[in-house]
Amino acid sequence: MAVVTAPPPSVPLMHRLKNPKVSITIFVIAWLPLMLYVMGGSSLGVLEPFILIPAIPAVILLYAICISTFRESTIALIGTTLVFFWFLIAVTAPYLPLIDPNKPIAPFVPPFTAKNDVFFILGTDFKGRDMLSRTLWGCQRVLVWGVSATFVAYIVGTAFGLIAGYISGWWDEIISFLGNVILSFPVMVLFIVILNYLGPSGFNIVIAVTFASAPAIMRIVRGLALDVKTRDYVFAAQTRGESALWIMVVELLPNVRGPIIVDACLRLGYTTVAITTLTFLGLGLQPPDPDWGLMIKESAKTAMLFKFSYMLLIPALSVSSLILGFNLMADGLREMSMRD
Amino acid sequence: MPEAATSSAATLEAVQPATGETPVLECRNLCISYFTRAGEIPAVVDFNMKLMPGEAQGIVGESGCGKSTVALAIMQYMGKNGRVVGGEILFEGRDMRTMSEEELRQIRGSKIAMVYQEPMASLNPAMTIGDQLAEVPIFHESVSKDEALSRARKMLESVRLPDPDRILSSYPHQISGGQQQRVVIAMALLSNPKLLLLDEPTTALDVTVEAGIVELIKDIAAEFGTSMIYISHNLGLILETCDRITVMYSGEAVEVGSIKDVFDAMRHPYTRGLFASIPVPGADKNSHPLVSIPGQLPLPHQRPPGCNFGPRCDFFVKDRCDVGAIPMTEIGNGDHHASRCVRVDEIDWDSTIGAGDESEPTVPGDVVLKVDGMTKHYEIEKGALFFSGEKHTVKANEKLNFDAREAETVAIVGESGCGKSTFAKVLMGLETATEGSVAIGNVDLAEMPVDQRGPETISNLQMVFQNPFDTLNPSHTVGGQIARVIRKFGAETDEKKVKARVMELLDIVKLPRDFAKRRPRQLSGGQKQRVGIARAFAGNPSVVIADEPVSALDVSVQAAVTELLMDIQRENRTTLLFISHDLSVVRYLADRIVVMYLGQIMEQGTTDEIFSPPYHPYTEALLSAVPIADTHVKKRKVLLTGEIPSPSNPPKGCPFSTRCPYMIAGTCDTIPPPIVEFSHGHRIACHLPRDELAAMEPVIQIEKEPAHVA
Amino acid sequence: MLKLIGRRLVQMVLIILVASLLLFVIFDTPQFKKRLAVQELGGFAVSALSEADYQEWLASRGLDVPFYQRYVDWMGNILTGDFGFSYEKNTEVGPLLASRLANTGILALCVFALMIPISLTLGVLSGMREGSPLDRSITFISVFTTSIPEIATAIILTVVLALGLGWLPAKSAMIQGFDVKQLILPVLTLVIYDFGYVARMTRASMAEVMTSQYIRTAVLKGIPYRRVVMKHALRNALIAPFTVIVLQLNWLLSGVVVVEVFFEYDGFGKLLLEAALFPDVEVVQACTLAAVVVAVTSQIISDVGYTFLNPRIRFS
Repeated sequence: MAVVTAPPPSVPLMHRLKNPKVSITIFVIAWLPLMLYVMGGSSLGVLEPFILIPAIPAVILLYAICISTFRESTIALIGTTLVFFWFLIAVTAPYLPLIDPNKPIAPFVPPFTAKNDVFFILGTDFKGRDMLSRTLWGCQRVLVWGVSATFVAYIVGTAFGLIAGYISGWWDEIISFLGNVILSFPVMVLFIVILNYLGPSGFNIVIAVTFASAPAIMRIVRGLALDVKTRDYVFAAQTRGESALWIMVVELLPNVRGPIIVDACLRLGYTTVAITTLTFLGLGLQPPDPDWGLMIKESAKTAMLFKFSYMLLIPALSVSSLILGFNLMADGLREMSMRD
Repeated sequence: MPEAATSSAATLEAVQPATGETPVLECRNLCISYFTRAGEIPAVVDFNMKLMPGEAQGIVGESGCGKSTVALAIMQYMGKNGRVVGGEILFEGRDMRTMSEEELRQIRGSKIAMVYQEPMASLNPAMTIGDQLAEVPIFHESVSKDEALSRARKMLESVRLPDPDRILSSYPHQISGGQQQRVVIAMALLSNPKLLLLDEPTTALDVTVEAGIVELIKDIAAEFGTSMIYISHNLGLILETCDRITVMYSGEAVEVGSIKDVFDAMRHPYTRGLFASIPVPGADKNSHPLVSIPGQLPLPHQRPPGCNFGPRCDFFVKDRCDVGAIPMTEIGNGDHHASRCVRVDEIDWDSTIGAGDESEPTVPGDVVLKVDGMTKHYEIEKGALFFSGEKHTVKANEKLNFDAREAETVAIVGESGCGKSTFAKVLMGLETATEGSVAIGNVDLAEMPVDQRGPETISNLQMVFQNPFDTLNPSHTVGGQIARVIRKFGAETDEKKVKARVMELLDIVKLPRDFAKRRPRQLSGGQKQRVGIARAFAGNPSVVIADEPVSALDVSVQAAVTELLMDIQRENRTTLLFISHDLSVVRYLADRIVVMYLGQIMEQGTTDEIFSPPYHPYTEALLSAVPIADTHVKKRKVLLTGEIPSPSNPPKGCPFSTRCPYMIAGTCDTIPPPIVEFSHGHRIACHLPRDELAAMEPVIQIEKEPAHVA
Repeated sequence: MLKLIGRRLVQMVLIILVASLLLFVIFDTPQFKKRLAVQELGGFAVSALSEADYQEWLASRGLDVPFYQRYVDWMGNILTGDFGFSYEKNTEVGPLLASRLANTGILALCVFALMIPISLTLGVLSGMREGSPLDRSITFISVFTTSIPEIATAIILTVVLALGLGWLPAKSAMIQGFDVKQLILPVLTLVIYDFGYVARMTRASMAEVMTSQYIRTAVLKGIPYRRVVMKHALRNALIAPFTVIVLQLNWLLSGVVVVEVFFEYDGFGKLLLEAALFPDVEVVQACTLAAVVVAVTSQIISDVGYTFLNPRIRFS
């Protein structure tokens, strides 16, 4: 067998960045400060004003990595750009020249008008707070809680799915039955019941989303695991006496990753919808800090007139753009995975 | 490519003088390409064929050679990114490329019909077979539904399906694979087509079922006078069914001629390599080893300049074989025999092909593996959970008795449902036996699942898997996967030594060392299978089970992997259990053979004993069913009727009684057969009297002198 | 076949039982009992109550016995049609829930009547010729509409059709009796959000069938293309969307909450939310249980329908 060995290809910077370990590190540098900033708030003390600074270059770098990975799919590129626009806004919000989003200045100022010596690009709300500043700041909480909730739901769902799919038997029966019980609640009804029980807060949203999404994720992973476990390489691992945990983590998990990533993008969209809707219903994030769902909730009560409809439309379009971003990313990823 | 088209057009016109008859089908300089993101990928280049009425032509080639593309192009069904980019396809003198969609529709299914590789997938799962068959006369001859159904019924009878009324009202999944394929053939014949395209019609079927279908196809050709194009990767099948053959390699026809010319006086190095790499009755692992074709098939967009076969060819000459398009050249002495080789007149075709290394036969040592009364039953509860129904026993393995010695190759042969996979699972510890024992050395493994086995026992017994695409985990590097085995078995613990051992193993399976860093998707099927072999031998096992290790590989690669496996076995004096359905391969490499049918051993003995009488009636049928690509071999015809029964509902007495031509009513179907021992170790489980078994005539006979002189 | 339906029914009952038990247990904490007392006696009275008096009150309401005993009683009452009493609305829960469910039923019926033909037609057209411009535009539209959450769709529709053009009423409270015009915006919102998903499922199913080998067989059998699509493809391609459509009922029950609240339509979702915010525990339990029953029933219809439509399972 004369196989010509290709010379080692030169490794460009972008290629090295695409190494999973490097990308994950960059993601952590971008994500962790934002999470601490939103979840920790004032308890960060003196750190609070500076903590987001390292995240800014990390987000930009991450965007570059995504762009170069997805360059084959226009759809994925549009989606990534939408998502990263809001991600970047989330980490730069404290450093942008914005008016304090919670400071009432002059109520009911329409967009592109000046009042009290301030020019309001997007106008002000019924309390007189700057709409632009509230809209931009508003993405922080929904992003952080949405991504965290989806992430936790995935860890739980994947673990149960692998167990149900690989170990099968009674474990599968029990896990699947419990999953079916939870799935028999319509999602929003389940959210309402759980948040009603736990009380409204960001952390409780994480719990509620985990409860509501993990069974669906479990089903997907279970199906994938059932398929992968019939492969000969799993058989080979079994016959050399590997433990069930090792097989699940090393043999199965890397091979169910692809479809899971696509589904995760879709589910990020669902979670964003859920958080916004719950906040609108009064069961999610609480005032006064800005959030799109809250902005809709407050304006829906006070501004049901055409000339004030900007107060509803702006947050509605903002949240839609973020969800569209996630969905397009999922679509592009799926399309790309089908091509290979 | 266009140059190729013009240059060979001239030669071909000269080659085939016009006869009075119009050919049914003529392909002239046909070029077909697929258009993908990567650009134009030529699938078939400069393909010529002339099919006369009543003639059967075979197209043979390995995967990706373009043979199926030709069939679909004839049907003008190329999908959205395939296109005929040059040449003509003349059906009864008219170019199909110029026909309108409606004209094509009228020809499809009425004048040209097709039979497909996977009968199950080719039939609509949501329509009854009657409805699907009736459509053909309804839409082509505008007959009433009743008339159409009665024609369908008649046609089902002529493809020899029992109980046609039941089949007409069945859905496809309710009948077996062999029956489905007969239905597809009936559908194709319903409008009495001029041309029948058969695309690997028996590849998905068991060998005894395949033999029945092949027989049917031959009879159809005789009865209806239909012209046929038979596409297959199996030279033996082409020999049995066709008059002429086209050998394709990498998108091109490389040799065309009558069966006799191509099989006995081949004039292209690829054809020659192909024949040298398939095990025919003359081959033997010690004295006449197989010779594989080096290298691998080029991908369609990485074809070399000049001759596509050049890089793998022994007769390659620089600056001659790798420049320009190679035209088809007529060989004077044959019946329109042509070859796409520039050196066709220079090569000494009678020279023996570079013989493989002969080796001394190995002497088997002590018994390593002893299987004694091993039985595996599965209990299947119908309607689990809430409605506990009647229990159902699947007898996957029934009282298996055999043993294997050190350095010996024991083949387990059987068709689907014969229980060979279950046996492998019990041996590997993924299932436990219901009864009996399976002992390696002094350790009884029958009731010891893998998690109770010590590392030594586990590493002593390893497996090579069938499917090259499944055998390696696509997420990890090749080196990592081999290293894991070494560490797991504690063969080496020091990281440096583990690495060295990985390299050593890669050397042993003749793969470059830098493959350690590659991921499986960067490897070809044969290379993956080599890694699978390296992994199995990483812990120095004493017994290796190989489950059809080469059946999914292309013919030219099969030989190389088989030889590799034999070499390593010989070197390590490993006991090899070779599970296979292919008697040709088994005859070539096995020392002893165990023939299984529906979970039971029907016959066992040395290879010579199995291949010569006395036979078990099943062995006899199996031997007769295997197509052999050698014109010197004469086979006695033994055809089986019916299908393989389901293992969950086996016949009461002898499992083979439902299909056995010698069945003794009242005995075979009620009482399990006794085991008759002929010579030491040659045992047949059959009710037939000893004398009758002993008096059987051989199935396969090799004629000393070729039947014809080329 | 019958066995399968029987098995499904048993599973359904089990799921409803476990779901109801969960529902009962999570609202059976001391603080929810206290809230009940507050609702019945008034907050001031409860704070003035001594511990012994409170225990006495619990005993008088039957709240001191073990929860499983009360669960059995509760289930018994529900099975006889007694869903308890709403303190917020000051009425029996049973009739209240029935009338609200009927309102939501009307809404759902209209949504399905519009969504099914739209999504199936678009899905089939799109899947028939995968990759064609028509397919691409349908796919893009459906991704787009499913990306806009109901709340945003509701806002955009209200702003344009009600506040801007003034064609339709912005609220659907139906104070002056039933009004079809008031139904349009909620129905439209739900259809726009939901149709994309079903259309995409239909497309995927259709596209898969169109590339299958039996469609190739049908085409190469020389039967007209129309018949290939209508007879061979649709029959197989519509099995999957059928189950998806039935399961949409579950999704719809989520969607109606926000739509009913936004448009102030007096349906089941609005009732549930108001009860949850109040909190009116017995109404929350009753509504949730009703939703679970509807969801599980739709699951069974979908399963049984799937087996019935698919001969591969029907005759095995």
